Amino acid sequence: MPEPTITLNVSRYRPPDERVPTSQVYTIPYRPDWVVLDALNYIKDQVDGSLSFRWSCRMGVCGSCGMMINGEAKLTCSVFLRDYHPREILVEPLENFPVIKDLVIDMSDFLDKLKIVKPWIIRETEKPTSEGEYLQTPEEMDAYMGFSACINCLLCYAACPIFGVETDFIGPAALALGYRYNQDSRDEGSNMRWNVINDHHGTWQCTFVGECSVVCPKDVDPAAAIQRLKVDTAKHWIRSVLLPWGKRA
Amino acid sequence: MIRPDKSLLYYPRMPATWWLRKWSYFLFIVREFSSLFIAAYLVLFLVQLYQLGNGAAAYSTFTNSLKSPGWIVFHAVVLVFAVYHSVTWFYTTSIVIPLRIGGKEIPRAAFTAINIAAWIAVSAVVFGLYLLQ
Amino acid sequence: MPTSVTHDILIIGGGGAGLRAAIAAAEHSAKLSIGIVSKVYPMRSHTVSAEGGAAGVMRDNDSLDQHAKDTIFGADFLADQDAVEILVNEAPGELIQIEHWGCPWSRDPDGRISVRSFGGMSVDRTVYAADKTGFHMLHTLFQTSLKYESIHRYDECFVTSILADDGKARGVTFINMYSGQVQLITAKAVIICTGGCGRIFPFTTNASIKSGDGMALAYRSGVPLKDMEFVQYHPTGMPGTGILITEASRGEGGWLVNKDGYRYLQDYGLGPPTDTPVHRKMELGPRDILSRCHMQEFQKGRTFEGPYGHYVHLDLRHIGEAVIDSKLPFVRELSRNYLGIDPVYEPIPVRPVVHYMMGGIHTDADGKTPMDGLFAAGETACVSVNGANRLGSNSLTELLVFGARAGRAAAQYAEQEPAGPSQPLDALAGDEQRRLEQQYFRKEGGKVRISEIRDAMQHAMEEGVGVYRNEEDLLKTCQTLRDLRHRFSDIRIEDKTDIFNTERTTVLELDYMLDLAEAIANSALQRKESRGSHTRTDYPDRDDENFLKHTMVLRTPEGPKIEYAPVTITRWQPEERKY
Ligand SMILES: Cc1cc2nc3c(=O)[nH]c(=O)nc-3n(C[C@H](O)[C@H](O)[C@H](O)COP(=O)(O)OP(=O)(O)OC[C@H]3O[C@@H](n4cnc5c(N)ncnc54)[C@H](O)[C@@H]3O)c2cc1C
Ligand code: SF4
Ligand code: FES
Repeated sequence: MPEPTITLNVSRYRPPDERVPTSQVYTIPYRPDWVVLDALNYIKDQVDGSLSFRWSCRMGVCGSCGMMINGEAKLTCSVFLRDYHPREILVEPLENFPVIKDLVIDMSDFLDKLKIVKPWIIRETEKPTSEGEYLQTPEEMDAYMGFSACINCLLCYAACPIFGVETDFIGPAALALGYRYNQDSRDEGSNMRWNVINDHHGTWQCTFVGECSVVCPKDVDPAAAIQRLKVDTAKHWIRSVLLPWGKRA
Repeated sequence: MIRPDKSLLYYPRMPATWWLRKWSYFLFIVREFSSLFIAAYLVLFLVQLYQLGNGAAAYSTFTNSLKSPGWIVFHAVVLVFAVYHSVTWFYTTSIVIPLRIGGKEIPRAAFTAINIAAWIAVSAVVFGLYLLQ
Repeated sequence: MPTSVTHDILIIGGGGAGLRAAIAAAEHSAKLSIGIVSKVYPMRSHTVSAEGGAAGVMRDNDSLDQHAKDTIFGADFLADQDAVEILVNEAPGELIQIEHWGCPWSRDPDGRISVRSFGGMSVDRTVYAADKTGFHMLHTLFQTSLKYESIHRYDECFVTSILADDGKARGVTFINMYSGQVQLITAKAVIICTGGCGRIFPFTTNASIKSGDGMALAYRSGVPLKDMEFVQYHPTGMPGTGILITEASRGEGGWLVNKDGYRYLQDYGLGPPTDTPVHRKMELGPRDILSRCHMQEFQKGRTFEGPYGHYVHLDLRHIGEAVIDSKLPFVRELSRNYLGIDPVYEPIPVRPVVHYMMGGIHTDADGKTPMDGLFAAGETACVSVNGANRLGSNSLTELLVFGARAGRAAAQYAEQEPAGPSQPLDALAGDEQRRLEQQYFRKEGGKVRISEIRDAMQHAMEEGVGVYRNEEDLLKTCQTLRDLRHRFSDIRIEDKTDIFNTERTTVLELDYMLDLAEAIANSALQRKESRGSHTRTDYPDRDDENFLKHTMVLRTPEGPKIEYAPVTITRWQPEERKY
C-alpha cells in the first residue's frame, strides 16, 4: 500500500521581491498523530527550508503559532491532521494583521495596545514584602482568574470583524487584560484605566459579534470582559457625573 | 520597540462580503439590521401617540389604516426581528451579569432560559389583561 | 557598517530570569537605560511552559535550613552551599514580591498563598498557580516590566555574538528578524538569560527555542561552562512529543505503575507504597532516581512498548475529577489534546525525557562570570545551586532570586564603569557581519540538510549521554559530534531572502548546539563516577575523593578542555544519598 499523504495549501509572501501573497502546495506523508505544526515543520525540514512561521512550545501555551486553518483561527500546535484528512488543508497567516513573511504577521501594534491598558497592579501604597502577601480568597481570585489565562495568541483579533475594519480598536485580548486587573482585589488602579477603556477605540467600538470568545483556545471569554467593562464604565461615568467630587470608582 | 518596515508589509483587505463567511457573522449582521426595524416601529408608535392627541376620530382612522395587509406584514416582520433582538439581549445579559447561586456561576444558557421564560410569562400576563379588557 | 544603539545594561533573553533582572536594574536606579534583546516576544519564552511551582519556605512548619538541606542532598552534594543558602533565604521574599506584582498564586480558603508537595522536598513548600505556574509568572513579569520607561525591548532579535573590548563585555550583535540586518548594541554590562538547551536531545520537554544560545555565546567568548554533564531527565514526559506532565501530578498523589499495574518504585528502595503521598518517598523521590528506575524497569521488560518506545503509566484516577480540575487542569487539557486520554478515567503514558540543564555558564552568586561586565542568570547559568540534580520547583525560584541579583549587580557595575570607546566595537561588529554573510547569508551550494545534522546530533546524544552512560558510548558520541561539526560546513541554506528568514536562525542555533553537545559529552566522559543525574555504568559509585568538584569546560581550537574547581561546603558534610 502506498504511504498515505496529505496536502497543505500554504500561503507564501516573500518581500521585497513578491508584493502579494501566493500559495504553494505541499504534499507530504500523513501521520494521524501529527498536529498541523508538525506538518509545517516536516515541510521546513525536508521539503522547503524557506517557509517561515513562528512556533515554540508546541503545547498550546506560548501563543506563537496562531494561523488560519481552512479559514478558522487556530493554534497550529493544537489541531490534528486527522481532523482534516483526506481533505486538503489551507494554511494562511492570521487574518486582519499585516503580513511580514509567509505565515508571520506583524503584531507590534498589539504590544502597544497591551501597554496602554496598564496591565500591572497599581496601588496607592505598596506593602513591603517583609509584611507578607496581600491576602486574597479563592472567591476573590475567581473574579479575575479566567481572564488572566490569555496567552496573547491573537486568535480573537483574527476572528473579530470590527478589528478587521477598524484596526485601531484596542480589541478583545488587551481589553480583557485591562478587565482582569480591574477585577483583582489587590489592584487600585481602575481609575487610571477608564479613559483608555472608555476611549472611542475602547469597549464601545465592540458591537458584540462574540466570535473572540468562540475561537479563544484558553476560554478567556474576552467578549464577556468587554460587555462587563461597558457596564462598569457606564457606572463609573454616572458616578462621576453625579458625584464629581468622589474620586473613587 | 523594533518594528518591521511598514512599506514591506502586506495589508490584507476585508472583502465586502465578510459577513457571509461565517454563520456567526451573518447572525451578527442580522441583529444589527434588526435595530433598523425596531427603530421604524418606534417611529410608527410615536405617530400613533400623536394621533391619539388629535381626538378619537383621527385615532380610529389611523388604526384602521394599519389593518391593511402591507402594515400587517410590516408588523409581523418587526415582531420577528424584535424577538430575535430580545433573545440576543437576554443572552448578553447572562454574560454581563454572571449569576451566582451558592458561590457557583450558573450556566449562561440556564440564565438566558430563565430570562426568556420570565419574559414569556410577562408577555402572557399583558396579553391576558388585553383579552380581559 | 551595522547600525548601533547604546544602553547601560543589555540583557539577552526575555524569559523569567531576563525580565526579573531588567526590573531589578530598573528599580535600582531610574537613570540606567536597560535593553532586552530576545529572539521571541518575551511572553513566548520557555518559562511560559513551567507547570508545577516555585519553592520557598512559606510556613511555620518549614525552615530555611530544611530547604537548603533538601536542595543540597538532592544535588548529591555538588551544589555550592553558600549559594544554596542565598537561594533559600531570598526565595520567600521573591515569591511574595511577584505576588505583589499580580501573580495569581493559588490560595488557601483564608487567603494565604497555598503550598504543595514536590519531589525531593521534605515539606510542602512549592508555591503554585494551578498547574500554569511559569505561564503566570512570565506574564506577570512581562506585564509589570511594561511600566518601566527605562526598559527598552528589542523583540525578535537574534543575538549572534558578544563583543568584548579590553577583556570586558561591551555589547552584542544581533540579527533584526524584520530586516535581516546585523545590528549592534553597546552597553557597559551584558546579562545572559537565554535559558537551557534541551533541544540538543531528541526527546525533551523543552520548546524549540531552547538551543542554549547564551551558553554557546559565553563559551565562545572564553568563559567556562560548569557541570555540563548534568542533564536532568524528567520521569514523566509524553512519549513522542516529550510534552511534560508536571511533577505536581505526583505531588497531588499520582502513582507510577509498570505494565503489570505494579508501583515499581518500591523495588528500588523508595518504598513502602502508601495511598497518600509521603515526602521524598515513592513517586515523590527525586527525578534522577525515578528516571533510572524507569530505565531498569525497561531492561527487565516490565514497561509498555509503543510507537515511540517504552513507557509506563502515570495513574491519577484515584485522585478524582475535583482535584484534577482544580489543581491539575492543564494536565487534563494536555492529555486530552495530545494523547486523546482523559486522566480522570485512564492512566497517562509517560517516559523519561530531557528536561533541564543543571550546568551552564560559570557565575558567582551575583551572576558575575569570569569576564568583566558579563553576567548570567536563569537556566543558562550555573551558580551552582542545583549541583548534580535539581529538585523540581527550585528553578523558577532560582531565576527570580539570581535574576534579581544579577540585575542589581550589573546595575552597580554599570554605574561605576565609564563608557568605553565605540570604534573597536564598530569594527568587531563589522567583522561579525562579514562572518555571518560569508558563512550563512550568501552561502551557495551546500549539500547537507539542517535537519540531517540536527537529527544525527540528537541521536548521538541520546546514545552516549542518556540516563546511563559509559566510556565506550561516550567516546563514540564525541567522535560523531566531531564528524558532524565537520559536515556542518557543508550545510545547505535554501532561503536567500532577508526578511524573517527563520532558516538562518535555525542554522545558527544548530551551530550553538553542536558546541554545547561537545562540551556536554566531553564533560561526561571525564567524570569517572556516578553522581546525581550523571550515572556511569562503568563507574557506578560516587567518588568524593576525586570528583567532589565542579567540571569547568573551556573552548579551545583543539576541542573542549576540561578543568575542575572546588565545591563550597559549609554546614552540610557529604553523606550517602539515600531516600
Ligand atoms: C515543560 C517545563 C516545565 C517546567 N516546570 C518547572 C516547574 O514547575 N518548576 C520549576 O522550578 N522549573 C520548571 N521548569 C524549568 C524552568 O521553567 C526553566 O528552567 C526556566 O523557566 C528557565 O527560564 P529562563 O528565564 O532562564 O529562560 P527562558 O524562559 O527559556 O528564556 C530564554 C530567553 O532567552 C531568549 N534567547 C535565547 N536565545 C537567544 C538569542 N540567540 N538571541 C536573543 N534572545 C535569545 C529567548 O527569546 C527567551 O526570551 C520547567 C521546564 C520545562 C521545560
Ligand atoms: S483572549 Fe484568547 S484568543 Fe485572544 S489572545 Fe488571549 S488567549 Fe488568544
Ligand atoms: S507553539 Fe506554543 S502555542 Fe503553539
